[in-house]
Amino acid sequence: MIPTGYYLFVSLALFTIGVIGVVTRRNVIVILMSIELILNAVNINLVAFSRLVGSVEGHVFAIFVITDAAAEAAVGLGIIIAYFRNRETLLADEMDILKW
Amino acid sequence: MMPAEYFLAHIWLIPLFPLAGAAIMLLAGRRLPHSGVSVVCVGSVFLAMVYAFGAIFQLLARPVAERLVSFNLFDWVPAGAMHTATGRFVDLHVPWGMLMDPLTAVMLGVVTGVGFLIHVYSVGYMAHEGGYYRFFGYMNLFMFSMLLLVMGNNLLLLFVGWEGVGLCSYLLIGFFFLKKSATDAGKKAFIANRIGDAGFILGLFLMLGTLGTIQFTELGPAIATGHFAVGDSTLTAIALLLFVGATGKSAQLPLYVWLPDAMEGPTPVSALIHAATMVTAGVYMVARTNALFVMAPRALEVVAVVGAVTSIFAASIGLVQNDIKKILAYSTISQLGYMFLACGVGAFAAGVFHLMTHAFFKALLFLGSGSVIHALSGEQDIRKMGALWDKIPTTARTFLVASLTIAGIPPLAGFFSKDQILGHAFERSTALWVIGFITAGMTAFYMFRLVNLTFFGKSRVDHDVEHHIHESPGSMTVPLTILAGLSIVGGWIGVPESLGGVNRFQAFLEPVFAHRGGEMAEAAASSAAGSGNSMEFALMAASVLIALAGIWLAWTMYLKRTELPARIAATSGFLYKLLLNKYYVDEIYDAAFIERTKDLASTLGSFDRGVIDGLGVNGAGWVTRAVSTVSMVWDKWIVDGLVNLAARIVWVLSWPVRMIQGGRVSGYAMMIVFGVLILLAYYLHTSGFRI
Repeated sequence: MIPTGYYLFVSLALFTIGVIGVVTRRNVIVILMSIELILNAVNINLVAFSRLVGSVEGHVFAIFVITDAAAEAAVGLGIIIAYFRNRETLLADEMDILKW
Repeated sequence: MMPAEYFLAHIWLIPLFPLAGAAIMLLAGRRLPHSGVSVVCVGSVFLAMVYAFGAIFQLLARPVAERLVSFNLFDWVPAGAMHTATGRFVDLHVPWGMLMDPLTAVMLGVVTGVGFLIHVYSVGYMAHEGGYYRFFGYMNLFMFSMLLLVMGNNLLLLFVGWEGVGLCSYLLIGFFFLKKSATDAGKKAFIANRIGDAGFILGLFLMLGTLGTIQFTELGPAIATGHFAVGDSTLTAIALLLFVGATGKSAQLPLYVWLPDAMEGPTPVSALIHAATMVTAGVYMVARTNALFVMAPRALEVVAVVGAVTSIFAASIGLVQNDIKKILAYSTISQLGYMFLACGVGAFAAGVFHLMTHAFFKALLFLGSGSVIHALSGEQDIRKMGALWDKIPTTARTFLVASLTIAGIPPLAGFFSKDQILGHAFERSTALWVIGFITAGMTAFYMFRLVNLTFFGKSRVDHDVEHHIHESPGSMTVPLTILAGLSIVGGWIGVPESLGGVNRFQAFLEPVFAHRGGEMAEAAASSAAGSGNSMEFALMAASVLIALAGIWLAWTMYLKRTELPARIAATSGFLYKLLLNKYYVDEIYDAAFIERTKDLASTLGSFDRGVIDGLGVNGAGWVTRAVSTVSMVWDKWIVDGLVNLAARIVWVLSWPVRMIQGGRVSGYAMMIVFGVLILLAYYLHTSGFRI
């Protein structure tokens, strides 16, 4: 049986890639994809700990997260399309109208 | 059945008829057909004439001592208590009142009678002109004003009429308002009259302040209170000021210049306003205030001299003019001079007599000239007339009658009136008589020059005009005929006693002129006693002879030896040019007054621009701007500077906060990550975790 720590490393690696992707990339779609990576890193964590503890709740949470990710992707893409229609840009550092 | 003295009780209605006519023209004249306009306007004057003659006959029916009707319609100017210069308290009320006495009766008869005839004539004359209703509206308004002028029982009401006729004169001179010369002439008439009116107003005020009354009937008693000696300087001043008004209205030197130009108006206007009625208003006014004038012999001398000089001055200009109406205009000025000469020598009745006969024959002359102009399609230059005697017979014959009348040929009306004036002038001063005598000769000459050039000799009419020559319609020739009749018989009511007549006219007017100054009456009586009938016959013969001489000279020069005028004009070049250019009076006035007024205006204009606008307005503006610049610097650098400094400080201090809030999503995300890492590190550190 593969030790839990390995899973955690994979998870950590995915999470780090995701975070770096969110922070450094400019394209909003890529950022959205990076968020998916982060979510999946969390999923791996949940599943790994669930297996370690021997309970099924982690799996359940993982499935919820996947559902949530799907919904989030749908909403996120919708927002991006709406934003693109108005501003004709997908670059995150041009989306600075939060600051007035 | 009419109540007794119905017309005398209703004289206040007389001016109201033409006023109603004028009001109708003003309100609805544009929509009325020509026939409607004629019926209303001529009808209103006709009604006024009926009432006027009714009143005249009822006045004549009264005994001599009671020939005075004066009543007030309402209290017009309730001025209240005032203090006169002689220390009297008077409760001053100027009423709107009507006066009917022999002098008013004469004026009423002339104004309504001649006015009516001219209105009838105008129906024919104006038939083809534009603005038919406007013309008749103005004419009716004029009739109203003129009737007010002669019927008002106080000087202020007379002044209302005086200004009213001035206004109508202006409107009617400028009747053809698209013609610049006509509107200019209208303005000239108005302005020249205003100069005179200024004198009139001052005289009115001075009279009010001195005598405390301007009622005509109270003038004599107010003067006779004993405060004033004959020749009193205040009374002389009042008389002279009033006479200034008369020189403006009656076109005497030096204010006569407007009358020749006033011939720009339609010919019936010239006949009615500028010959028969309005211009005689000055004579009427002097005659009306005779109680004042006889107390001021110096003023009367001025009146006489101005009248005499004006008469010869205008007559000499008339000798060489070529415009048919201009000749008549100068003739009018000259004849008005006669009337003032008469008033000036104290013969007010003779002046008013000449006023009446002059109204007949001068209206006839003007209407006749209008008929000639009408026949010649608008030609006014007598050098382009001639041989019209048989082509327009009625006009020509009536015109000849009027010319003989004005020349003073017995037994026509002009002979009697002019002879009375000359007789009275001779009693006062031989010099005045000589001037009047020479003027009589000139009058005969220029009138027959006009008649000969217009009606006799060879035709010099333009060819295309010649085909259209036609006698005027009945509405024009009938008034001409009636006026010709009046010109013939009009003088017979004033046949002097030396010719076996009874001077009924003078006797009729006597009540008005009864209160003569003592000195003057004595002088007149003594000179009359000294001269006697033989002197009067000699004077009459002399004036008839000089009139015949003038006629003969005109006949010789313009019919027999037609080359003479040109030769005389050539040999006496300077004199001829002087007369032709009317003594250059217009030019002198231009240079002396009009240009100086313009200079004054431009000086005041530069004062306005330089001092008021420049120093005052612009200076104030400059100071304000300078002050505001300083204020602006203070505002900009100190007030705004402090505000900006505060903002700048906040700006500097807020730098870290600004750095955090970059507005970029990725920046926020980075901070979230670092924040989470820091929290995680802290948590791990406090929980004792060590790598």
